Amino acid sequence: MSSKTEEIEKTGRIHSIETLGGADGPGLRMIIFMQGCPLRCIYCHNPDTWDRNGGREFTVEALVQKAIRYRSYFGRDGGVTLSGGEPLMQPIFAAELLKQLKKVGINTALDTAGTTPSEEVAEVLSNTDTVLLDIKMPDQERYDQYIGGSLSTTMNFLHAASAAGCRIWIRHVVVPGINDKKNDIVSLCSLIRDSGVAVERLELLPYHKMGIEKYKLLGLSYRLADVQELEEGKLTELLGYCSENRGLYS
Amino acid sequence: MMNNTGWENFKGGRWQQEIDVRDFIQSNYQPYKEDETFLTDTTDRTRDILKKLSRLQKLEKEFGGVLDIDTSTVSSLLNYAPGYLDKEKELIVGIQTNRPLKRGVNPFGGINMARKACKAYGYTMDEKIEREFFYKTTHNDGVFRVYTVEMKEARKSGVITGLPDAYGRGRIIGDYRRVALYGVDRLIAGKEEDKRKKGQLLMDMENIKVSEELYKQIDFLEKLKKMAELYGFDISQPAVDFKEAVQWLYFGFLGAIKEQNGAAMSLGRVSTFLDIYAQRDIDQQRLTEQQVQEIIDDFIIKLRMARHLRTPEYNELFAGDPMWITEAIGGMGEDGRTLVTKMSYRFLHTLYNLGLAPEPNLTVLWSTALPEAFKRYCAKVSIDTDSIQYENDDVMRPLYGDDYGIACCVSAMKIGKQMQYFGARCNLPKVLLMALNGGRDEITGKQVGPISEGVMDGLLEYGDVMKRFAFYQEWLARLYVNTMNVIHYMHDQYAYEKLQMALHDTDVERFMAFGIAGLSVTADSLSAIRYAKVRTVRNEKGLIQDFEIDGEYPRFGNDDDRVDSIAAELTEDFIGELRKTPAYRKAVHTLSVLTITSNVVYGKKTGATPDGRKKGEAFAPGANPMHNREANGALASLNSVSKLPYEACRDGISCTFSITPSTIGKSCEEQKSNLVAVLDGYFDMKAHHINVNVLNRQQLIDAMEHPERYPNLTIRVSGYAVNFNKLSRQQQQEVISRTYHERL
Repeated sequence: MSSKTEEIEKTGRIHSIETLGGADGPGLRMIIFMQGCPLRCIYCHNPDTWDRNGGREFTVEALVQKAIRYRSYFGRDGGVTLSGGEPLMQPIFAAELLKQLKKVGINTALDTAGTTPSEEVAEVLSNTDTVLLDIKMPDQERYDQYIGGSLSTTMNFLHAASAAGCRIWIRHVVVPGINDKKNDIVSLCSLIRDSGVAVERLELLPYHKMGIEKYKLLGLSYRLADVQELEEGKLTELLGYCSENRGLYS
Repeated sequence: MMNNTGWENFKGGRWQQEIDVRDFIQSNYQPYKEDETFLTDTTDRTRDILKKLSRLQKLEKEFGGVLDIDTSTVSSLLNYAPGYLDKEKELIVGIQTNRPLKRGVNPFGGINMARKACKAYGYTMDEKIEREFFYKTTHNDGVFRVYTVEMKEARKSGVITGLPDAYGRGRIIGDYRRVALYGVDRLIAGKEEDKRKKGQLLMDMENIKVSEELYKQIDFLEKLKKMAELYGFDISQPAVDFKEAVQWLYFGFLGAIKEQNGAAMSLGRVSTFLDIYAQRDIDQQRLTEQQVQEIIDDFIIKLRMARHLRTPEYNELFAGDPMWITEAIGGMGEDGRTLVTKMSYRFLHTLYNLGLAPEPNLTVLWSTALPEAFKRYCAKVSIDTDSIQYENDDVMRPLYGDDYGIACCVSAMKIGKQMQYFGARCNLPKVLLMALNGGRDEITGKQVGPISEGVMDGLLEYGDVMKRFAFYQEWLARLYVNTMNVIHYMHDQYAYEKLQMALHDTDVERFMAFGIAGLSVTADSLSAIRYAKVRTVRNEKGLIQDFEIDGEYPRFGNDDDRVDSIAAELTEDFIGELRKTPAYRKAVHTLSVLTITSNVVYGKKTGATPDGRKKGEAFAPGANPMHNREANGALASLNSVSKLPYEACRDGISCTFSITPSTIGKSCEEQKSNLVAVLDGYFDMKAHHINVNVLNRQQLIDAMEHPERYPNLTIRVSGYAVNFNKLSRQQQQEVISRTYHERL
């Protein structure tokens, strides 16, 4: 490997850093939003992370140093979450970053859709404490229609993460009119149950419109302009179906 | 030793021979490390009283903020007949005037302010008071007899501002616990003995002054006894049970607020003291938990009824009608035991039993060593009520011991042993602009400071600017200390806090507390000059009216040492300059970075600054970074604030932090854990203070309209990458308003 390649591995494209993350993984976390995503989810709220070459360049070292500055806030459960975009779009960098974070004793989480297979996935997972795996839709048909990736790749990733010994949280964005029926949630639960993987938590995330301004700034059209945000009551109802079908996870 | 039924079953010690409340607490209190499940709910009696009070509060609001004014009586301890909210049902009695929420007139600070305040609410101050004060010198009269032209000009331009020269200075905490523990007779005897001893020394100016003050203190202790008698209580002897202890202590506080309309009238640190009495009664089965809570609830209701008469302008400056009745709760003892008791919980629990209220100002002294259950309970109370502020016991305890309280919001002092001369604040961005404009006020063009040439047109050069800035800081620091010396000499002379000082040791340590407003604006301005290219834009009068900024520069609030170190050095330089001029009565100079609400008004009076802030735009409050300048989220911003050195800012570093509950965690349990993690982390970084705003819907709507009031506001949902500061303000507001109107 030439020294030049080594250098490239040690820098990544970062959209932004949020130091106060209470909603992306266990405890209080610093979230590193990475650039690049192979998917085009219809409800995406981070279109500004799609471009693999967007954002700013950071070295692994700089990010680790930053994370260390927040160690006193992490407590027992908190740490760093790699999110995006799809952090696995920069797999070599992600693997190295996670490894270095683990080295200084920081708990790691990976917020991913699991649809980007690469040689480095094993390396990434072996340095990840918690995987937040986003199963986008309960069937391939809707992956094709609204997302763009493949459900089976995602499920393969789920098995790989489980085999690597990661804690696993499943996340799922619920969009009115697309996947907000009782049946949709029941299928999702069966999917997880049938995988046989021990899932610690299932998070249903309500569709929201905080992304619209970003589409305007990027000059992109927003395809869900007429869809309302998911109501609180609806979410509670759907969560009820989850606990009825909980199976392996709580 | 006194033969004393009030002290039965207490463990004895030094506190019995001399006035030493701390020793009493240390010998007798029981730390509590469990959770809140023992707490009890509101009783029917309390509910009835609350109903009565809320009717009056509603009327008060309808009448424009003041229910009634007694315009013919000067507020003091014995000038009103006893008043009650509900004579039959009240457990703790005593109000400031003869009727609940009716305000008294207190012209000792300045008759003008009292006159104006009456007029603003449609009243006229009685001729009788006018006549009486025609022959009396007020604090305000005294100050203006001595103010120099330069002091008046500086005051008028607002470069030093909020000066306590027309109203009561406040920020003095009487040790009200002494009334309960010793009874007033013992306190009088102590003061008489002190006076006798002083009389044997050389009668120089200071000693004569102290002797006269002791005379006044004794006089007012006598008056305090009489005031209690009006309500049917003899407080000459120690309180014999919990209810009496609360009543005695409250009489002490009530006497103080009848006598003084000080800007901030803290309660001190009473909860753990009172727990000892409650525990004794519970152990002897004289009281149940329910009864103890009921008495505390009633006490807190009384504190919530405290009112001072102030002008509407004053209320605008402080965003409301505050008294700052601050009570310090929790903390750790020097021996490593926690000072958290069941009473710490009971005080916080009043926010549930009585509903939300800004007063008393409940302040938790946080230590990473606090019991875990108490930390979680505090987090819960913050999330549910948004009504607690936190201060770092681990940085204060080494300096003030374990029996200090907080005056106003962030000013620490040993209870009964230290006091402060409140020194308002200096508008630091204005000093910088004055330095660039050759000593002229950037808005009026008036020459306020010494004449110098001012900067040339073109690029501002960092070294040159710093030299000019240092020169004007030196000038201002001297003027500031001198002005404060005049003010406090006169306050001691004409509006001396007789009762509060009677509840201090005679040989008291004094602080003179100076302040900085606009620290982050100044730091960012200097950073811009240093790291970007800043050019001046002049108006027709030759005054700099704006700045052109070319390029990026590090901004305070991003945990970036390049600018954070500028901010830290600003505080060190300024206190260094202040110390060069001796303070009145050998007071120790301290400095605060505290402007909780007045940042808006100060910003209004300040021209455009080199950081890109427009003329009139609000400063960030306290030590907060300017809003919308942080690109790395709230913890980065907290880290920047934590770098400000407490050693330089011994009068406190205030920081406000706003968040929505769902941002900090999904479930209630997670929210509690994560808020505890924020506090532990922040204070572990040696930060001093944090005001945690957990916003409800109404506040969030307000935040959209007034983003400057909600610094650091963080709103997040899972996975959403914000980069909020890339959006225009309008866009941000759209995001927030749509999301939260629909979702909350």
